[in-house]
Amino acid sequence: MTFEQFIFYLLGAMAVISGLMVITVKNPVKAALWLVLAFISTAGVWIMAQAEFLGLVLILVYVGAVMVLFLFVVMMLDINLAQMKEGFTKYLPLGAIAAIATFAMMYMVLGPAHFGLEVTGNPVQHPADYSNTKAIAVPLYTTHAYAFVLAAVLLLVGIVAAIALTLRRRAPKEVLYQDINKQNRTSAKDRLTMVKMEAVVEKPVASKEEEGK
Amino acid sequence: MVKFIQHQVKTWGLTELFKGMALTGKYLFKKKITVRYPEEKTPLSPRFRGHHALRRYENGEERCIACKLCEAVCPANAITIDSEEREDGSRRTTRYDIDMFKCIYCGFCEEACPVDAIVETRVFEYEFQERGPHIMTKDKLLAFGDKHEKQIAADRAADAKYR
Amino acid sequence: MFDALQAFLSGFLYDWLAVLITLVIQAVAVILPIMLAVAWLTYAERKVIGYMQVRMGPNRVGPGGWLQPIADALKLMTKEVIFPNQSNKFLFIVAPVLSIAPAVAVWAVIPFSPEVVVSDINAGILYVLAVSSILVYGTIIAGWASNSKYAFLGALRGSAQKISYEIAMGFALVTVLMIAGSMNLQEIVEGQQGGIWHWYLLPLLPMFVVYFLSGLAETNRTPFDIVEGEAEIVAGFHVEYSGMTFGVFMLAEYAMMILISFMTAIMFLGGWLSPFEGIPLLETLFAWVPAFGWLAFKVSFLLFVFLWLRATFPRYRYDQLMRLGWKVLIPVTIVWVFVVGAMQYFKVGPWFN
Repeated sequence: MTFEQFIFYLLGAMAVISGLMVITVKNPVKAALWLVLAFISTAGVWIMAQAEFLGLVLILVYVGAVMVLFLFVVMMLDINLAQMKEGFTKYLPLGAIAAIATFAMMYMVLGPAHFGLEVTGNPVQHPADYSNTKAIAVPLYTTHAYAFVLAAVLLLVGIVAAIALTLRRRAPKEVLYQDINKQNRTSAKDRLTMVKMEAVVEKPVASKEEEGK
Repeated sequence: MVKFIQHQVKTWGLTELFKGMALTGKYLFKKKITVRYPEEKTPLSPRFRGHHALRRYENGEERCIACKLCEAVCPANAITIDSEEREDGSRRTTRYDIDMFKCIYCGFCEEACPVDAIVETRVFEYEFQERGPHIMTKDKLLAFGDKHEKQIAADRAADAKYR
Repeated sequence: MFDALQAFLSGFLYDWLAVLITLVIQAVAVILPIMLAVAWLTYAERKVIGYMQVRMGPNRVGPGGWLQPIADALKLMTKEVIFPNQSNKFLFIVAPVLSIAPAVAVWAVIPFSPEVVVSDINAGILYVLAVSSILVYGTIIAGWASNSKYAFLGALRGSAQKISYEIAMGFALVTVLMIAGSMNLQEIVEGQQGGIWHWYLLPLLPMFVVYFLSGLAETNRTPFDIVEGEAEIVAGFHVEYSGMTFGVFMLAEYAMMILISFMTAIMFLGGWLSPFEGIPLLETLFAWVPAFGWLAFKVSFLLFVFLWLRATFPRYRYDQLMRLGWKVLIPVTIVWVFVVGAMQYFKVGPWFN
């Protein structure tokens, strides 16, 4: 076993174990953290397979942004585990059927019949200066340009929809809003007037003995 | 319009940030005002309120007449006084304790004293590492006053005209 | 550089053991100087800020206070680590590890001089961005595991802030990629060869500012240190940490500061290239300066700017910070992506040819 193989099996085992932990661990925060580990080990496997761009983007997008927001939400939840487990047996048959159906479909599409060296052939060993990024970019912007633009538009629609749904502006009477642009535009002249005053020398206060006289 | 352009130049040119940084940059090279304490010391006012002392008259008679005004005025209840008649018939303290842990160095005792017996001196470099020594007894205070009498008298004299 | 060592070791050891030993030696050779730099950066920070506030700064331990970092380290190491009541002990310990691990791992791709780099990978910039994006987990987990309101608030602020500024940072890097045509950090530096006007600083001046500001926000430095916000939430995510667990957070923060300075120097200030290239007299006059000397000079200047900014500016309010990130920096970067595209199309200046 070479060093590369050792690393590959290590990452693979990590991915599988953390994937299992995601669905078995009780604490949702811990589950999310296991999912992060699953992502990282998967990214490691991809990098081993010379897809360094995809691997790093997986870390950047999923680990660095998506899962952070996920954790953000999960951490603030107050989940009552006992309540959640109510009716577990009632829904078990339905859940089992759904699980089996999903697994069967995945097996049909992704089963061993479609993978293995006989089907795909030996992977090409690329030289060190081979740019994986370019290899992805060229078909993305030529053959799949329309699909790519369409996906971008869909994402834009998603962004606009999310903002439109959550943007809630209350009447200015109810809540005090700060207009930062306006705040930035103020200058000392608008708020402050310098008043010229005569300099007056204060007389010393008369002492008690003098007052008496 | 001119104002708008001015504002845009100011905003995107980050002029205000650079102004602020120029100021701090200038101070980087200014002479430092730090006083390196054990080697250098700041000047003390004659009114400085540090360690307490009990004074004596020039003939060696202790000034304190056990009027207990300081005990009454002390906001921290740091002073405890017991008094008794002395053989010669004058009233004197048998016990004059200041709890230095309680004392807040407000100087009220000094103000209240009709005979300038209890004073606060310039000495502030002292420390207690355990309970016990922090109770300043009458003997200790008198000894302290004897030791620093010259300085105490000079300070009182310097401040007298403002009282 | 370490290939010879690996070849020598594999002469009498297992292959994998030789690889492992070489890797460890490489890692130590990079990490040790950085940790020392971190230690004296804390000293420099206190000294510089002190001087700007017309104070002396630390001057007691050793001559001029030079041994202060050692005293600090000894103090932190000997202090007790206190576990808060009902905290998640495992995650409480893991959090500082999670914040230092990426801060150290990033250094694998940073070139210190031509060919002096632990791992010369193609997607260098992307690696730096990806690994430093993991850094936020240290903050979040520390905040959650502490079982403290202040720590939790700090963690929430920190995660929101880091995600927001990472976008601006990523876009700033995209412009560098466009102009350099490579994600390899060495190639980016080599692309800036030919004197000070060839540096990417000039065509990407707004991006330089954006990257540096985002770097400030990523490392939780003033004026973006609402994560710590000692006036509002005590010390933010690391309130409950003491002793070396706290020290590790500090190590990570300062290591990231040095990293951001290195990245800025490499991408915008020509890395190890001399600024006097192509100037007849000065070039020969400064020919004796080694490549790493220039890089170290640029990096230390940028670090000084970090400290300078901290001494100058007050902390941003949370809404202002978000406004700056989303409504100012990100639009500026997007506009500049198009500007760089146009410059590339019209082959402007010495940068596009």
